[in-house]
Amino acid sequence: MSSRRAAIVAGIVVLVALPFVISEDYYINIASQILLYAIFALGIDVLVGYAGLVSLGHAGLFGIAAYIVANVLAAGYGHTVAIVAALIGGLIATAGFAAVALRSVGITFIMITLALGEIIWGLAYRWISVTNGDNGISVTTRPAPFGLSLASPRGFYDATLIVFLLAMAAMAIFVSSPLGAALAGTRDQPRRMNALGYHVWMIRFLAFLFSGFLSSVSGILFVYYNEFISPQALALPASAAGLLMAIAGGAGTLFGPVVGSALVVIVQNVVSAYITRWNFMLGAIFVAIVVFMPEGLVPGSVRFGRAIWRAARGRKPTPSDRASATPIGGPRL
Amino acid sequence: MSALAVKTLSKSFGGLRVTTNVNLSVEPGERRLIIGPNGAGKTTLFNLITGELAPDSGAVLLFDRNITRTASRKRAHLGMARTYQIITLFPRDTILHNAMLALLGLSTLRWNPFTRLSRQQHLMARARAALGRVGLEHMAGRPLAETSYGEKRRVEIAMALAQEPRVLLLDEPFAGLSIDERRDVRELLKSIPRDVTVIMIEHDMDTALDLVDRITLLHFGEVIVEGTRAEVVADPRTREVYLGE
Repeated sequence: MSSRRAAIVAGIVVLVALPFVISEDYYINIASQILLYAIFALGIDVLVGYAGLVSLGHAGLFGIAAYIVANVLAAGYGHTVAIVAALIGGLIATAGFAAVALRSVGITFIMITLALGEIIWGLAYRWISVTNGDNGISVTTRPAPFGLSLASPRGFYDATLIVFLLAMAAMAIFVSSPLGAALAGTRDQPRRMNALGYHVWMIRFLAFLFSGFLSSVSGILFVYYNEFISPQALALPASAAGLLMAIAGGAGTLFGPVVGSALVVIVQNVVSAYITRWNFMLGAIFVAIVVFMPEGLVPGSVRFGRAIWRAARGRKPTPSDRASATPIGGPRL
Repeated sequence: MSALAVKTLSKSFGGLRVTTNVNLSVEPGERRLIIGPNGAGKTTLFNLITGELAPDSGAVLLFDRNITRTASRKRAHLGMARTYQIITLFPRDTILHNAMLALLGLSTLRWNPFTRLSRQQHLMARARAALGRVGLEHMAGRPLAETSYGEKRRVEIAMALAQEPRVLLLDEPFAGLSIDERRDVRELLKSIPRDVTVIMIEHDMDTALDLVDRITLLHFGEVIVEGTRAEVVADPRTREVYLGE
């Protein structure tokens, strides 16, 4: 447990110190993107990893929050009103989304979320009086909480980092709570959970709200980061990217979505500068992950690390080693 | 007043009648065995009683309260617990976590997203006590995936007992167990206090005969014979169903 705590503290120190080490705006902006997409991937991870529900429509929820910010600002209100409206609107949209999607599980659930995501994308594309269609909406200012400007890459990174850490803390608390344990139970044995007295649908619905809330938070950061929102941001590839982040990093883990987000954002932005077909590169990486670490990068690396450690000490794995490879009862790495 | 009453219960799957006009009345504290050959509709009857299936007609009463239209999760809160023929547990978690989930299911704490489950000392102590009842307390921290089949059976029973049910439904508790494991489970079932009404399904009549007061024989979804152990064993229709004509 203490090594885990040390790793968390080290991670926070690295993230806080990052802008001092890499001072180029370009890289600080990439770091901001990683963090804001990590929040999105965390939201998807609530469903994919902890509820066992694979959503392919989350970019729709992300986009609704972003469009609300853009519209409220365009109507002349301030940033506080815009952000609060986006969070509330995002939750309401999520509730409707969940009420339809949760009528089923498994492959049907995936198809319904896909369809709902496409409907929201279609609305963004066609409902021109609200969304300005394919041209999108520009947002000209960023908020300045407590007089601290977020206009610079550095300021925006710091704000995103704070929101990101709050999201991680909320996620950590949720997954180790009784409700989080109940959610994991509905993933593994919904029938048994029902027989034990749990309201399986309601537990999934509440998880969906939490997931949609995180997606909305991410969408708000996105619209301020780009100072622009267009239908492209909520198209199917965006939903798929979020899902891949969660799965590649390690679904059902706290840090997996963060690592997955870093992977996708870095390949998209950095590798694409050297390789034209960067999508090919990303695909190849995913294939490698599926082949060598099907459980995702974070749990997979922990497994490899333990195996190497054991080999170095020259002993065979014992049952307790295997047991500790999948920590139980609390959030996994 | 009976602990559990089933009145003219029927259920069909398409043209197949799996439960036909079944009547059942189990007294408080009674041990009832439901036997029948494969496909007699025993598990379907359990699923109708617990509400996992909705009957086409008829009624289910728990201590005279009509629960026919009550959601199955609410029946757990009214004092009904069950085990499954095919073990239905949480393999990624420890034995202790499995038992805690059983207790949490009836606690309002299950809606709490803020506290840590691992800090719920009271719940944990009760879960350990429930595991102690089935002799598994010493291995509470072991992942369920690393336990034997017989131990999993006992975890199932511990989870059902942890909920302090008034009516306990056991679906083939001896299925797939070795002779030693059968003996352990038998002792365990004998130790259940008489304020719990126990209804047990068993495929094989001999296994559970000495544990029960009365026996109901199902065949093709119908109650063929019902009575005390001696009555049912002596009945020619029992011999017919079990030994062929």
